[in-house]
Amino acid sequence: MSQLNAYLLVSALLFSIGLAGALLRRNAILVLIGIELMLNAANLNFIAFWRYGPNPAALTGIMFTIFSITVAAAEAAVGLGIILAVYRHTKSTDISQMNTLKG
Amino acid sequence: MFLVFLILAALTILGTAAAMGLRKPIHCILALTVGLVGLAMLYLLLGAQFVGFTQILVYVGAVAILAVFAIMMTQGGKMNIEPHPEKPSSSTLLAGGAVAGAVFAVIAWAILSNSPSGTTTPAQPSVTVVEIGQALMHKYVLPLEIMALLLTAALIGAVILAMPKEQEKS
Repeated sequence: MSQLNAYLLVSALLFSIGLAGALLRRNAILVLIGIELMLNAANLNFIAFWRYGPNPAALTGIMFTIFSITVAAAEAAVGLGIILAVYRHTKSTDISQMNTLKG
Repeated sequence: MFLVFLILAALTILGTAAAMGLRKPIHCILALTVGLVGLAMLYLLLGAQFVGFTQILVYVGAVAILAVFAIMMTQGGKMNIEPHPEKPSSSTLLAGGAVAGAVFAVIAWAILSNSPSGTTTPAQPSVTVVEIGQALMHKYVLPLEIMALLLTAALIGAVILAMPKEQEKS
Protein backbone atom coordinates (compact mmCIF):
# COMPACT_ATOMS: atom_id res chain seq x y z
CA MET A 1 0.00 0.00 0.00
CA SER A 2 1.49 3.29 -1.02
CA GLN A 3 1.68 6.25 1.32
CA LEU A 4 -0.92 8.19 -0.64
CA ASN A 5 -3.40 5.34 -0.10
CA ALA A 6 -2.70 5.40 3.64
CA TYR A 7 -3.43 9.12 3.82
CA LEU A 8 -6.60 8.68 1.76
CA LEU A 9 -7.77 5.92 4.09
CA VAL A 10 -7.20 8.11 7.15
CA SER A 11 -9.15 10.85 5.42
CA ALA A 12 -12.02 8.49 4.59
CA LEU A 13 -12.14 7.33 8.21
CA LEU A 14 -12.18 10.94 9.40
CA PHE A 15 -15.03 11.71 7.01
CA SER A 16 -17.04 8.72 8.23
CA ILE A 17 -16.53 9.71 11.87
CA GLY A 18 -17.71 13.24 11.10
CA LEU A 19 -20.71 11.90 9.16
CA ALA A 20 -21.68 9.53 11.97
CA GLY A 21 -21.39 12.36 14.49
CA ALA A 22 -23.49 14.72 12.37
CA LEU A 23 -26.15 12.03 11.94
CA LEU A 24 -26.25 10.62 15.47
CA ARG A 25 -25.56 13.42 17.93
CA ARG A 26 -28.51 15.44 19.16
CA ASN A 27 -26.57 18.44 20.40
CA ALA A 28 -26.55 21.09 17.66
CA ILE A 29 -23.02 22.24 18.52
CA LEU A 30 -21.66 18.72 18.10
CA VAL A 31 -23.49 18.33 14.78
CA LEU A 32 -21.67 21.45 13.60
CA ILE A 33 -18.37 19.98 14.83
CA GLY A 34 -19.09 16.83 12.83
CA ILE A 35 -19.53 18.91 9.69
CA GLU A 36 -16.22 20.63 10.44
CA LEU A 37 -14.58 17.20 10.68
CA MET A 38 -15.87 16.30 7.23
CA LEU A 39 -14.36 19.53 5.85
CA ASN A 40 -11.07 18.63 7.52
CA ALA A 41 -11.09 15.23 5.84
CA ALA A 42 -11.40 16.96 2.46
CA ASN A 43 -8.49 19.24 3.37
CA LEU A 44 -6.31 16.25 4.22
CA ASN A 45 -7.13 14.82 0.80
CA PHE A 46 -6.09 18.06 -0.89
CA ILE A 47 -2.75 18.12 0.94
CA ALA A 48 -2.06 14.43 0.28
CA PHE A 49 -2.77 14.80 -3.45
CA TRP A 50 -0.60 17.93 -3.57
CA ARG A 51 2.29 16.10 -1.91
CA TYR A 52 2.14 12.93 -4.03
CA GLY A 53 0.80 14.51 -7.21
CA PRO A 54 2.80 15.09 -10.36
CA ASN A 55 3.31 18.83 -9.92
CA PRO A 56 3.85 19.89 -6.29
CA ALA A 57 5.39 23.20 -7.34
CA ALA A 58 2.01 24.49 -8.49
CA LEU A 59 0.81 25.10 -4.89
CA THR A 60 -2.79 24.42 -5.93
CA GLY A 61 -3.56 22.00 -3.10
CA ILE A 62 -2.12 24.32 -0.47
CA MET A 63 -4.05 27.32 -1.78
CA PHE A 64 -7.30 25.37 -1.90
CA THR A 65 -6.77 24.16 1.66
CA ILE A 66 -6.04 27.65 2.97
CA PHE A 67 -9.21 29.03 1.40
CA SER A 68 -11.17 26.02 2.63
CA ILE A 69 -9.98 26.58 6.22
CA THR A 70 -11.05 30.22 5.94
CA VAL A 71 -14.52 29.28 4.73
CA ALA A 72 -14.81 26.67 7.50
CA ALA A 73 -13.92 29.26 10.13
CA ALA A 74 -16.55 31.67 8.78
CA GLU A 75 -19.07 28.82 8.72
CA ALA A 76 -18.32 27.90 12.34
CA ALA A 77 -18.77 31.51 13.48
CA VAL A 78 -22.12 31.93 11.69
CA GLY A 79 -23.30 28.44 12.69
CA LEU A 80 -22.60 28.99 16.38
CA GLY A 81 -24.32 32.38 16.13
CA ILE A 82 -27.41 30.65 14.70
CA ILE A 83 -27.28 28.05 17.48
CA LEU A 84 -27.17 30.83 20.09
CA ALA A 85 -30.15 32.54 18.45
CA VAL A 86 -32.11 29.27 18.37
CA TYR A 87 -31.20 28.59 22.00
CA ARG A 88 -32.54 31.98 23.01
CA HIS A 89 -35.82 31.02 21.32
CA THR A 90 -36.28 27.40 22.44
CA LYS A 91 -34.02 27.22 25.54
CA SER A 92 -32.46 24.03 24.19
CA THR A 93 -29.73 22.90 21.80
CA ASP A 94 -31.34 19.50 21.28
CA ILE A 95 -32.06 19.25 17.56
CA SER A 96 -34.81 16.67 18.13
CA GLN A 97 -36.82 19.41 19.84
CA MET A 98 -36.47 21.85 16.93
CA ASN A 99 -39.56 20.51 15.18
CA THR A 100 -41.77 23.59 14.88
CA LEU A 101 -42.10 23.19 11.11
CA LYS A 102 -42.86 19.48 11.35
CA GLY A 103 -46.19 18.59 9.69
CA MET B 1 8.59 7.77 8.62
CA PHE B 2 5.71 5.34 8.31
CA LEU B 3 5.76 4.70 12.07
CA VAL B 4 5.38 8.43 12.69
CA PHE B 5 2.50 8.47 10.26
CA LEU B 6 0.82 5.57 12.06
CA ILE B 7 1.13 7.26 15.45
CA LEU B 8 -0.23 10.57 14.17
CA ALA B 9 -3.06 8.87 12.27
CA ALA B 10 -4.03 6.94 15.40
CA LEU B 11 -3.96 10.16 17.44
CA THR B 12 -6.17 11.93 14.88
CA ILE B 13 -8.68 9.11 14.54
CA LEU B 14 -8.92 8.40 18.27
CA GLY B 15 -9.26 12.08 19.12
CA THR B 16 -12.01 12.74 16.60
CA ALA B 17 -13.81 9.48 17.42
CA ALA B 18 -13.79 10.45 21.09
CA ALA B 19 -15.03 13.92 20.09
CA MET B 20 -18.05 12.35 18.42
CA GLY B 21 -18.60 9.62 21.00
CA LEU B 22 -18.18 11.11 24.47
CA ARG B 23 -21.25 12.05 26.44
CA LYS B 24 -20.54 15.52 27.83
CA PRO B 25 -20.12 18.22 25.16
CA ILE B 26 -17.19 19.89 26.88
CA HIS B 27 -15.25 16.61 26.89
CA CYS B 28 -16.07 16.26 23.20
CA ILE B 29 -14.50 19.64 22.43
CA LEU B 30 -11.38 18.79 24.43
CA ALA B 31 -11.00 15.49 22.54
CA LEU B 32 -11.60 17.40 19.31
CA THR B 33 -8.61 19.66 19.96
CA VAL B 34 -6.41 16.58 20.39
CA GLY B 35 -7.64 15.19 17.07
CA LEU B 36 -7.16 18.50 15.27
CA VAL B 37 -3.61 18.84 16.59
CA GLY B 38 -2.93 15.34 15.26
CA LEU B 39 -4.31 16.41 11.89
CA ALA B 40 -2.04 19.48 11.89
CA MET B 41 0.91 17.19 12.60
CA LEU B 42 -0.10 15.09 9.59
CA TYR B 43 0.02 18.28 7.48
CA LEU B 44 3.51 19.00 8.83
CA LEU B 45 4.55 15.42 8.00
CA LEU B 46 3.34 15.97 4.44
CA GLY B 47 5.54 19.04 4.10
CA ALA B 48 2.83 21.69 4.25
CA GLN B 49 4.15 23.75 7.15
CA PHE B 50 2.04 26.82 6.54
CA VAL B 51 -1.19 24.84 6.35
CA GLY B 52 -0.29 22.89 9.49
CA PHE B 53 0.29 26.00 11.56
CA THR B 54 -2.79 27.65 10.08
CA GLN B 55 -4.76 24.59 11.14
CA ILE B 56 -3.56 24.90 14.74
CA LEU B 57 -4.17 28.66 14.74
CA VAL B 58 -7.65 28.54 13.25
CA TYR B 59 -9.12 25.29 14.54
CA VAL B 60 -7.48 24.80 17.93
CA GLY B 61 -7.14 28.51 18.60
CA ALA B 62 -10.44 29.82 17.29
CA VAL B 63 -13.06 27.22 16.38
CA ALA B 64 -12.61 25.05 19.49
CA ILE B 65 -12.64 28.09 21.78
CA LEU B 66 -15.73 29.38 20.01
CA ALA B 67 -17.45 26.02 20.49
CA VAL B 68 -16.49 25.99 24.19
CA PHE B 69 -18.01 29.45 24.57
CA ALA B 70 -21.16 28.35 22.76
CA ILE B 71 -21.50 25.35 25.10
CA MET B 72 -20.96 27.58 28.13
CA MET B 73 -23.58 30.05 26.96
CA THR B 74 -26.19 27.46 26.01
CA GLN B 75 -25.96 24.80 28.70
CA GLY B 76 -24.28 26.29 31.73
CA GLY B 77 -24.97 24.28 34.86
CA LYS B 78 -28.01 22.32 33.74
CA MET B 79 -26.04 19.90 31.61
CA ASN B 80 -26.92 16.95 33.82
CA ILE B 81 -30.58 17.65 34.56
CA GLU B 82 -31.79 17.64 30.96
CA PRO B 83 -35.20 15.96 30.73
CA HIS B 84 -34.01 14.11 27.63
CA PRO B 85 -30.45 12.92 28.16
CA GLU B 86 -28.59 12.71 24.92
CA LYS B 87 -29.08 9.11 23.97
CA PRO B 88 -30.33 8.27 20.49
CA SER B 89 -32.60 5.26 20.12
CA SER B 90 -31.10 2.01 18.98
CA SER B 91 -32.73 2.17 15.55
CA THR B 92 -31.32 5.67 15.00
CA LEU B 93 -27.92 4.45 16.15
CA LEU B 94 -28.11 1.49 13.79
CA ALA B 95 -29.24 3.54 10.77
CA GLY B 96 -26.69 6.33 11.27
CA GLY B 97 -23.88 3.91 11.91
CA ALA B 98 -24.85 1.87 8.85
CA VAL B 99 -24.85 4.97 6.62
CA ALA B 100 -21.44 6.13 7.91
CA GLY B 101 -20.02 2.61 7.61
CA ALA B 102 -21.34 2.24 4.07
CA VAL B 103 -19.79 5.57 3.05
CA PHE B 104 -16.45 4.49 4.50
CA ALA B 105 -16.68 1.10 2.80
CA VAL B 106 -17.34 2.64 -0.61
CA ILE B 107 -14.52 5.17 -0.29
CA ALA B 108 -12.07 2.55 1.01
CA TRP B 109 -13.01 0.19 -1.80
CA ALA B 110 -12.45 2.95 -4.36
CA ILE B 111 -9.08 3.83 -2.85
CA LEU B 112 -7.80 0.28 -2.55
CA SER B 113 -8.96 -0.82 -5.99
CA ASN B 114 -7.21 2.09 -7.72
CA SER B 115 -3.64 1.91 -6.56
CA PRO B 116 -1.37 4.33 -8.38
CA SER B 117 0.82 2.66 -10.99
CA GLY B 118 4.08 4.37 -10.10
CA THR B 119 5.36 3.23 -6.74
CA THR B 120 8.09 5.87 -6.53
CA THR B 121 7.19 8.62 -4.11
CA PRO B 122 8.27 12.07 -5.27
CA ALA B 123 10.79 14.02 -3.26
CA GLN B 124 9.54 16.16 -0.42
CA PRO B 125 8.57 19.51 -1.97
CA SER B 126 9.88 22.51 -0.10
CA VAL B 127 7.44 25.39 -0.03
CA THR B 128 8.39 28.53 1.82
CA VAL B 129 5.96 31.04 3.24
CA VAL B 130 7.44 33.60 0.84
CA GLU B 131 6.30 31.55 -2.13
CA ILE B 132 2.80 31.15 -0.67
CA GLY B 133 2.60 34.88 -0.01
CA GLN B 134 3.72 35.75 -3.51
CA ALA B 135 1.23 33.32 -5.01
CA LEU B 136 -1.51 34.85 -2.86
CA MET B 137 -0.59 38.33 -3.97
CA HIS B 138 -0.23 37.58 -7.69
CA LYS B 139 -2.06 34.54 -8.99
CA TYR B 140 -4.69 34.18 -6.25
CA VAL B 141 -5.31 37.83 -5.42
CA LEU B 142 -8.95 37.80 -6.51
CA PRO B 143 -9.90 34.77 -4.33
CA LEU B 144 -8.02 36.44 -1.48
CA GLU B 145 -10.12 39.58 -1.79
CA ILE B 146 -13.30 37.52 -1.97
CA MET B 147 -12.20 35.70 1.20
CA ALA B 148 -11.73 39.05 2.93
CA LEU B 149 -15.24 40.04 1.89
CA LEU B 150 -16.62 36.70 3.09
CA LEU B 151 -14.92 37.03 6.48
CA THR B 152 -16.30 40.54 6.90
CA ALA B 153 -19.79 39.38 6.01
CA ALA B 154 -19.50 36.40 8.40
CA LEU B 155 -18.29 38.67 11.20
CA ILE B 156 -21.18 41.10 10.80
CA GLY B 157 -23.69 38.27 10.28
CA ALA B 158 -22.58 36.36 13.37
CA VAL B 159 -22.82 39.50 15.52
CA ILE B 160 -26.30 40.33 14.20
CA LEU B 161 -27.50 36.73 14.66
CA ALA B 162 -26.23 36.44 18.22
CA MET B 163 -27.41 39.90 19.27
CA PRO B 164 -30.57 39.94 21.42
CA LYS B 165 -33.67 41.41 19.86
CA GLU B 166 -34.86 44.82 21.03
CA GLN B 167 -38.09 43.61 22.64
CA GLU B 168 -36.28 40.81 24.46
CA LYS B 169 -33.92 43.27 26.07
CA SER B 170 -36.60 45.33 27.73
